[in-house]
Amino acid sequence: MTINDLNTILPLVVLAGWSVVVLLADLWIPKDRKGWTAALSAVGLVVVLGLTLARGGTVQKAFFGTVLVDGFALYLDIIFLVGGLAGIALAYDYLKRMELERGEYYPLLLIAISGMMLMTYANDLIIVFLALELLSLPLYIMAGFARFNLQSEEAALKYFLLGSFASGLVLYGVALLFGASGHTDLPGLVNTMRAGTGNQALFLFGAALLLVGFSFKTGIVPFHMWMPDVYQGAPSPATAFMSVGAKAAGFAALMRVFVTVFPSLSDDLTPILWALAAITMVVGNVLAISQKNIKRLLAYSSIAQSGYLLMAFVPYANAEVSSDSIAAMLFYLLAYTLTTFGAWAVIIQMEQQERRGLEVADYAGLGKRHPWLGLAMTIFMLSFTGVPLTLGFWGKFYLFSTAVEGGFVGLALIGLLTSVVSAFYYLRVVVVMYMQPGDPPVKQNRWVNLTALLAAAVVVGLAFIPGSVLDLALQAVLQLQ
Amino acid sequence: MLADWTYIGIFILVALFVPAIAITFAAILSPRVPGTLKQSAYECGMESVGKSWIQYKSQYYIFALVFLVFDVEIVFLYPFAIAYNQLTLFAVLEVILFLLILVAGLVYIWRKGELEWA
Amino acid sequence: MIPLSWYLIFSAALFSIGLFGVLARKNVIGMLMGVELMLNAVNINLLAFWSYLYAGVNGLVFVAIVFVAAAAEVAVGLALIISIYRRKRTVVPDEVDGLRG
Repeated sequence: MTINDLNTILPLVVLAGWSVVVLLADLWIPKDRKGWTAALSAVGLVVVLGLTLARGGTVQKAFFGTVLVDGFALYLDIIFLVGGLAGIALAYDYLKRMELERGEYYPLLLIAISGMMLMTYANDLIIVFLALELLSLPLYIMAGFARFNLQSEEAALKYFLLGSFASGLVLYGVALLFGASGHTDLPGLVNTMRAGTGNQALFLFGAALLLVGFSFKTGIVPFHMWMPDVYQGAPSPATAFMSVGAKAAGFAALMRVFVTVFPSLSDDLTPILWALAAITMVVGNVLAISQKNIKRLLAYSSIAQSGYLLMAFVPYANAEVSSDSIAAMLFYLLAYTLTTFGAWAVIIQMEQQERRGLEVADYAGLGKRHPWLGLAMTIFMLSFTGVPLTLGFWGKFYLFSTAVEGGFVGLALIGLLTSVVSAFYYLRVVVVMYMQPGDPPVKQNRWVNLTALLAAAVVVGLAFIPGSVLDLALQAVLQLQ
Repeated sequence: MLADWTYIGIFILVALFVPAIAITFAAILSPRVPGTLKQSAYECGMESVGKSWIQYKSQYYIFALVFLVFDVEIVFLYPFAIAYNQLTLFAVLEVILFLLILVAGLVYIWRKGELEWA
Repeated sequence: MIPLSWYLIFSAALFSIGLFGVLARKNVIGMLMGVELMLNAVNINLLAFWSYLYAGVNGLVFVAIVFVAAAAEVAVGLALIISIYRRKRTVVPDEVDGLRG
């Protein structure tokens, strides 16, 4: 390692170092001034965002080629860092209001983001595993952050057990790939695959285990059972952050590994991916219909979104379509991130002590009493459904059209039909907000409000220029290959 | 090869046989006069007080966890120590950085008061 | 010399035992032990591949990292379990010995 290596991953180094500094600084910050910790963390994130943007998307390798920085990493890092800022904005008031205020929340968030960023840099399966652990461990703790609440602790324990179980599967997959080829670095694996010298059975088995492990992390049916419980039990800001961060990082790893290494296994893997995507879309959307608790509803919705995202993977081996479909997926990830944070910002303002205010029925009258919040929530629900004039529409449009391009018309059709089904429960929230009388108590906070309104504005605003966003995503993909 | 194993086999047989003879003879020949002093544990430590299925303070486990983490992190120092002669100054700085991170963890625990046995 | 396949079969068996432990145990500590068995099985697998097929540092470094990551995971998991236990104790004072998750 030289100083150049450190310079290549400078944003990550700064972020990880800063998280330690904030953790220590917090020890001397008095109990009623935890806003300082939040502010310090936010400043760190802004600085790192600046460093990331300044470095740009030039391709650089470091640490003997185990780490690779490129446009793909840049695109996802921006999502993670902005997501981190939103995570802090959502958490501050909530933690204070629920009497959970402990400064550790913010350093944990920073560490989780470092893990996610490392995941986007990973060019070696060792780094993939390391990043997976680095991002998961803080999230387990954040899920259990409401220490006096048994539901939250149960959620944390469940998340921890299934998460470490998934890590074990990923790890076994990596070990088998190492056994098949003698390499853990992606270029080495690619060369072995091309030359056909490795043990094909071990390769296939290892790839399948990796897929299963990451399916657990990203919530793909049939590995989704933990998600509703964890989403419901964890404190809402933590749920918002993990539903975006863990999912995006999981898909980032899948993208890197599958698209670069496993195209030659597509005969075996494509039908499996097809089936997983289809079943995830169907199960997620159908189960969401009967949910009464808004957090559970969004959990099932998040499972369904994983299905849509996975759809982009199905034609991954078809070189002509794959870059388009992966770009569509990156686009969809952006839409998903913005919409999710916005929706959770509204939920957080609605949530009361003792977990009240979380039923869909509690949203009665929100549209009339608080028109701005109601409007924002409507936009998010429409964006999740994929109604035109929102970013979600373009996301689904690109995903479905690339699926058709790749020759998977049936899958696109399933996606379309399940989107229609999803309209049923998303629009029910809107109907309750506007059509039923009520006066929900809302705890307004300017940072949470800002997040909600900004997200709503961007979701609508970017919908007018989807082409340029897609161009950005396409550039990111071109550097991936 | 096989001969070596035979030696071990013979050794095991003898080791089993000799104490068996001694115990059998003692059981046959010795008089039986039991008493409380004779029944007590002899040179085996203190008589235990109370049940051992008591509950430990949960702080005990926190100590154990802290020890576990610091103990295992040391694994990274072994390769460093072995390759020390071939490494550059930069590697030394790296290890110092690594140790500083561990120290940060220690400072955190100290400030949180978990090192005080209260 | 013990053939490589023995190691692989052993580690696969250990992994399966761990898998079974995670899925079938009711006790949280038992599940945690299952996870640890899985990770250690992987370590054996890696070391076997490293020593029989691919000499180099890759395998060794990976094993060290897995080892440490596993310890960190255990620390977090046990801390969560202790935290739940502390709370449950205050709710159910009769439940003195043993952790029932």
